[in-house]
Amino acid sequence: MTRVPIAEDLFTSTDEPSLIGGRCAECGAFTFPVREGCPRCGAASVERCELGSRGTLYSWTSQGFPPKLPFRGEWGSRDAFEPWYVGLVEIPGTLRVEALLVDVQEKDLEFDLPVRLVLTPFRTDPDTGDEIVTFAFTPDEGSSGA
Amino acid sequence: MPDVAIIGVARTPFGRFPGRSALSLGVDAARAALADAGVAWNDIGFAVGGSYEVDQPDAVVGELGLTGVQFTNVYNGCATAGSALAMASQTIRLGDHGLGLVLGMDKHEGGAFTADPTEYACPAWFGEMGFFLTTKFFGMKINRYMHDFGITPDTLAAVAVKNYRNGSLTPEAFRRTEMTAEQVLQSRMLNHPLTQYMFCSPDEGAAAAVVCDAAIAHRYTDTPIYLRAVTTRTRTYGAYEVHTPSSPVEPAPAPTAATAQAAYELAGIGPEDIDIAQLQDTDCGAEVMHLAEVGLCADGEQNELLASGATSLQGRLPVNTDGGLIANGEPVGASGLRQVYELVTQLRGRAGDRQVGNDPQVGLAQLYGAPGVAAVSILTR
Repeated sequence: MTRVPIAEDLFTSTDEPSLIGGRCAECGAFTFPVREGCPRCGAASVERCELGSRGTLYSWTSQGFPPKLPFRGEWGSRDAFEPWYVGLVEIPGTLRVEALLVDVQEKDLEFDLPVRLVLTPFRTDPDTGDEIVTFAFTPDEGSSGA
Repeated sequence: MPDVAIIGVARTPFGRFPGRSALSLGVDAARAALADAGVAWNDIGFAVGGSYEVDQPDAVVGELGLTGVQFTNVYNGCATAGSALAMASQTIRLGDHGLGLVLGMDKHEGGAFTADPTEYACPAWFGEMGFFLTTKFFGMKINRYMHDFGITPDTLAAVAVKNYRNGSLTPEAFRRTEMTAEQVLQSRMLNHPLTQYMFCSPDEGAAAAVVCDAAIAHRYTDTPIYLRAVTTRTRTYGAYEVHTPSSPVEPAPAPTAATAQAAYELAGIGPEDIDIAQLQDTDCGAEVMHLAEVGLCADGEQNELLASGATSLQGRLPVNTDGGLIANGEPVGASGLRQVYELVTQLRGRAGDRQVGNDPQVGLAQLYGAPGVAAVSILTR
């Protein structure tokens, strides 16, 4: 079984993965994902960069019902629906990014909780059998909490 | 430059109407608004129609009469009715026409809205991962807001209790059953901290207003209501909005704040002058945040406003007096004209069982939606 990313140019698939974003060559503003135009100054000169892999939990919510299409995750169609969690993760000095939260319980979800990027299985491609992986954040046990 | 008056308003019931088309609801609202204004369709010089689901709202002319009227269709997300009203206002102020109809209609499936993310400048993976959901955004946004400003779950529940109570007094509302705070808080958690009964539902309905050059309003009515300002804005860099994979760490005010500021400046009216407001309560958290964004309170004061009853019908600042979106649901194209209908009805003193107690002179209506668009209207007696 091959592991393939949910989309190209979204994250690096290394042992310590990093989100891939953009940085405006004119004004320095960051984007995620990479896009052509800068949302701050409008210059069409955004350059690809790595945004890093650690951040803090700026906000979070639960997903208490299966989303309609275009949602394609496999969790939503299971007989026993289990809510999952979504966070808005602040990567210091760059951006806040919406991401799945994995290996967390609701009682652990504190504002400003240190989190780190992980890659997580998302669904199996029915045609190829490939395991499609996506990005998520999980509590950063190794962090000092600072 | 002419001022603009509203001389007739109407709405249909909102809810689910199997077998009825959105266009036929639009025809009902148009006829009723014309009757309320005492004008004939033949007299109407221009019309603006708003809808999300109906490609051509102007098709109502097949029922109303093929008069050759100038009819423009608009769509601007949840701010569609604000943009329709703005276009009508500009048409009158420019002197192109003196009498027009503004119409909104929609018919949605139940459940949260969905669409193709790429049409909102969002990548496809954002939808695949289940992030292309308005309800998730509202949960995420209000959760941090509650943390920053000490807003309590009881305050969220109090918004729902108030709006269902107001809906119970509104014959055309979709949800007319009162609920207790306990029922609201203990209903299913959809997107923490927002429960099932804290959200509105997309539904069906239509609403309309007849507008004219204020100089001729008294030909038609003894109780014209003046449209003092209507503004729309989109998000600025820094705002965290619906359907955005990322946002900057340097915060910016939500688009409603700038939209309201522009409306206050145009009208020469400040937030302290507002007697009654209809705010976009997609969910209880949205009403809480929009109260501050339009300047009706400071961040964090909402606990006291809701607990004291200040925003209920007999309070000093009644908000969502017909039950808002929570009790009426949201037919997108019609929702903002429902707000206008309610403000006009209250300012005229004709709201019956739900008539507010503070003899309102000035009303505000606010719309907000994906991907970061807002509209604000200010109406006076």
